[in-house]
Amino acid sequence: MEFPTSASPHVVAGYTVPRVMFQVLLALAPVLAVQVYLYGPGPLWLVAVACVTALACEALALALRRRASQAALRDGSVLVTAALLALAVPPLLPWWLLAFGTAFAVLIGKHAYGGLGQNPFNPAMVGYAVLLVSFPLEMTRWPLPGPEWDALTGATALDALRTGLRQGYTMQEVRAGAEFGRLGAAGSEWVNLAALAGGAYLLGRRIIRWQIPVAMLAGLAVPAALAHGLDPGGHAGATFHLASGATMLGAFFIATDPVSAATSDRGRLLYGAGIGLVTWIIRSWGGYPDGVAFAVLLMNLTVPLLDRVTVPRIHGHP
Amino acid sequence: MSARPLLRGGLRLESHKTRPLQQSVQPMPAPSTAVLALDQGSGEEAQAVVTAGTRVRVGTRVAVGCGAATDLHSPVSGEVRAVEPRPTASGPGTCIVVASDGRDERDPDLEPLDWSALDGAALLERLAGGGLAGFGGAAFPTAGKLALARAAGVELLLLNGAECEPWICCDDALLRERASDVVLGTQVMLAACGAARATIALEDDKPEARAALEAALADAGDSRLEIVVLPAVFPLGAEGLLIAAVSGREVPSGALPPEVGVVCQNVGTAAAVARFVSEGVPALSRIVTVTGSGVRRPANLEARIGTPVAELVAACGGYGDTPPAARLIAGGSLTGRALASDTVPVTKGLNCVLVATAADLPARAAQMPCIRCGDCAAVCPVGLLPQQLHRAAHADDPAGLARFGLADCIECGCCDYVCPSAIPLTAGFRAARDRQQLHEAERRRAAEAKTRYERHRRRLDEQVDAERRAFEEARRRARGDGAGGN
Repeated sequence: MEFPTSASPHVVAGYTVPRVMFQVLLALAPVLAVQVYLYGPGPLWLVAVACVTALACEALALALRRRASQAALRDGSVLVTAALLALAVPPLLPWWLLAFGTAFAVLIGKHAYGGLGQNPFNPAMVGYAVLLVSFPLEMTRWPLPGPEWDALTGATALDALRTGLRQGYTMQEVRAGAEFGRLGAAGSEWVNLAALAGGAYLLGRRIIRWQIPVAMLAGLAVPAALAHGLDPGGHAGATFHLASGATMLGAFFIATDPVSAATSDRGRLLYGAGIGLVTWIIRSWGGYPDGVAFAVLLMNLTVPLLDRVTVPRIHGHP
Repeated sequence: MSARPLLRGGLRLESHKTRPLQQSVQPMPAPSTAVLALDQGSGEEAQAVVTAGTRVRVGTRVAVGCGAATDLHSPVSGEVRAVEPRPTASGPGTCIVVASDGRDERDPDLEPLDWSALDGAALLERLAGGGLAGFGGAAFPTAGKLALARAAGVELLLLNGAECEPWICCDDALLRERASDVVLGTQVMLAACGAARATIALEDDKPEARAALEAALADAGDSRLEIVVLPAVFPLGAEGLLIAAVSGREVPSGALPPEVGVVCQNVGTAAAVARFVSEGVPALSRIVTVTGSGVRRPANLEARIGTPVAELVAACGGYGDTPPAARLIAGGSLTGRALASDTVPVTKGLNCVLVATAADLPARAAQMPCIRCGDCAAVCPVGLLPQQLHRAAHADDPAGLARFGLADCIECGCCDYVCPSAIPLTAGFRAARDRQQLHEAERRRAAEAKTRYERHRRRLDEQVDAERRAFEEARRRARGDGAGGN
């Protein structure tokens, strides 16, 4: 009898990129749910706008690059980019701004470099950074959580903390403000907890591995705790930093984007720790309310070097 | 006797070993025509010493080994029909075709060996005549390996019973039924290689084999032998990894195990050694697992070397109809070789015939770009970064291939198994190796051509010089003569 032949191995686990991407989307669901609970239906609308824009831009880019589009549109990677960006921006952002940011993320952040697997920078954070530097006002106005969804918009807790301390208020006075919650920022502490839950799910399903999130959280918490210990009046503690801004979303969903992250275990520890540290520095002394996006992009820059110096020891080599 | 972990990486795979192990090893009748591949799986061919028409008996030597090839002995009595190219499991190769006369007459020269009376060197010499080869798959000559070990003064003989491929269970069956043969073979090999002790390694998913082996060891009462039980992780049966797991020593890259004082042999090889010394029978048969959902009655068969695979499948009830057999694999599902036809013969290195249905080996998804997820690196048992190696192979970047350890890849296929982008990584690495060998050969040819040309030029120059000197000499002499004549 005759049989077809093929190269070994002849069996694979059947794990695919689309399945990975849809697990990530699933893990983002609690974050979206909490945002809707806190801020009303705005985030839902933003996620929809971002997803539609992202799919359209992906199709456009693939057509311009003369690539088959069906598989790429179905792999879910562009939806992850869109959802991350939509969940990272303020919930009352005008929809056309988000559409612009998403289009920039997909067309320039991803496809200008060669599409899936080729982008040196996290596309969602490219989109976020472009929006933040172009539209700083819109990008830093967060609503206070509550029944009157669009009643109050103002600075984030991170912003209020830095500004307040610079203006000579004490830590107690600053933290008495409405922007602050029990752990960190009012509202965003719940978003952070939801992202932590989603991240735990991804870790449990082995979609992501622990090195980057743990290193990033440690890179943020350790300097924050040290500074707070030395100067409690001038610096917020580790808990505040962990439960504010985009910390957990960054640690479990953004920094873990494998394409733009370092690839060896040791490289990922350094990469994650770097993101945490840079985030803390920007939050403490920088001009922007949150530092996660810039920290990720800055550490993306170091990836080729990290990959070069963290090649693991091969069996049988000294 | 403790379970030690694999150093890093590896896969815990679903086992498919129960069905063939439900019955004992089935002896196969002698084939009507035996096809003896001169390359038994080691990559080198033995030298045929018979021609068409030569009469042979069971155990008559028909080819002499050298290098990585072993002696070959006729598994049947009868007449050599031809020495010709035939399809084999490792591609087309020269084969000795012996037609059986059905009488199974034993060569009268075959005699048991009083091995305990021989010293190591003499024993090695006698073992070399047994055609014994690595039954684990590599088919490297046993005597040659033991001789290297003896010369290096190894301390540990490691018996590999770690059968980590999910479908293969011939060693499990062997240990259950012939553990005392394995123990005897181990003792003989200890004497041959001069090691002080032997460790028989097997996995924790073989409790029956372990019990049989413990009983055989108790009978033998040889304190030099011990059992080590390891977790059933693929690819722990790979030589270098097993040595590391058992002894804690890593064979340096590019070196052989004797470098760290260890020599490794398969348990099936040990049983063949025992048979050779106690009955005088060289390596004429082996146990082959015939399994998969595409065969009616999966079993472990004791088949003579040279039996066509089709006869093995027939002995197991033939190919099933629903669902039909889709693929035929020589060896395991991860590291085996896909066969184009079932006419190929059993070789000393063939441990398994996997008759797979489409459901046994589901097709891969469409290939996608690498997303650098690093799952491949997490499972690589030798600590490579397959994603980076893939990049270097794709770019045909020799420096990158060297830095990311192409030479150290053991082609186990773990990276392919987990890759969410369905990239054929192992095949890519194999191709990169082939390309490197080709480049190397080209470089060598170019260097040789250059040397030849330079020598040619030198010879020409020397010739011209010599002619010029001769001419000038002649002229000087002519002038001198002229002067003298004046």
